[in-house]
Amino acid sequence: MWQQLCAELKDSNFTVLAIAEESRGAETARPWIEAAKPDYPCLIDVDHVVAARYGMVNVPQAVWIDEDGRIVRGPETAGSTDHFRRMDLATRTMAPEDMTARLAARAAYMDAVKDWVRTGRHALDADAARAALPEITPEIARADVHFRLGLFLREQGREGEAAAQFAEAARLHPDSWNMWRQAADLDAIGNSGGPAFWARVKALGERPYYPPPDLPGFPAGAIG
Amino acid sequence: MGRIILTEEGRHEAPSGTGLWLSAADALHITGWELKPEGMCRGALCVPLPASATTPGEVDIAAFWAKLGAPVVSDGGEVWSLGVAPQDRRAALETLEAPDFSLPDLDGRMHSLSDLRGKKTLLVTWASW
Repeated sequence: MWQQLCAELKDSNFTVLAIAEESRGAETARPWIEAAKPDYPCLIDVDHVVAARYGMVNVPQAVWIDEDGRIVRGPETAGSTDHFRRMDLATRTMAPEDMTARLAARAAYMDAVKDWVRTGRHALDADAARAALPEITPEIARADVHFRLGLFLREQGREGEAAAQFAEAARLHPDSWNMWRQAADLDAIGNSGGPAFWARVKALGERPYYPPPDLPGFPAGAIG
Repeated sequence: MGRIILTEEGRHEAPSGTGLWLSAADALHITGWELKPEGMCRGALCVPLPASATTPGEVDIAAFWAKLGAPVVSDGGEVWSLGVAPQDRRAALETLEAPDFSLPDLDGRMHSLSDLRGKKTLLVTWASW
């Protein structure tokens, strides 16, 4: 979908920079990147450095950066919604109206990006951009070092010790789906869509999995 | 095999030793902080060290990191993970200057965010999981 956005904006001074938060490395990301045939750079972030530096907790999240390298919108959900939480888990299907609403939200996000690129609209002024930045708590900073240690230990084949580090990271930074899901895929890629994932999503209750951005077309609050 | 020290900038090796005591040269190479008579210094900034955290030519980086308010953890053996203090992370973001990074593409070629200066950039994360 980012390729289409880039194509539509090819005459503008714009690019997407896609970061795969992929602790298993480039080969895990390769099939998706090759299928997207991107004109924009797709980078592999094995250690989740980008997530750590920007305070990101899930994917997809995006940051809008202007021509001078300044953040004009900090990390926020990039077009995804919580409609998936209402899907029928037996058939893995969503109600038609939810599918429609989901696609509409994605289109609204793309429209907002295009609007920004073409007119500057939706860029926040410095105070508002600062106010919207994520908190970085001491616990989050500690979670980062446990996560990095876990990745190293996993690579060394010390899976049990790695799992303990990932568990500690998730305990310290419970809002980070990035960390939790990378730990949960210890056995198999895709495992993170299993029962433990759904239980954790359910435990959010009224809280959103994908907090909607403050942009046109996104009603406030969680869905599902 | 010696010690492995993981930082956000990468992986470093140091000879085996006690805890995270490092030679001044290793400390500088790995952390960017230089041991001086007044403490640990980086640029114009010097942070005094407790007497227990230094001997001539050596420094206890774990103690120094704690003094910085930055996280440090080990596997109980020779692997150490050094983090960034939350207040430093937040301060960097609050400048609104987008934190730079360099990462490889599928072919291993390195790209930096700062290469894109002059363009509006949508920095977006995704994952296969």
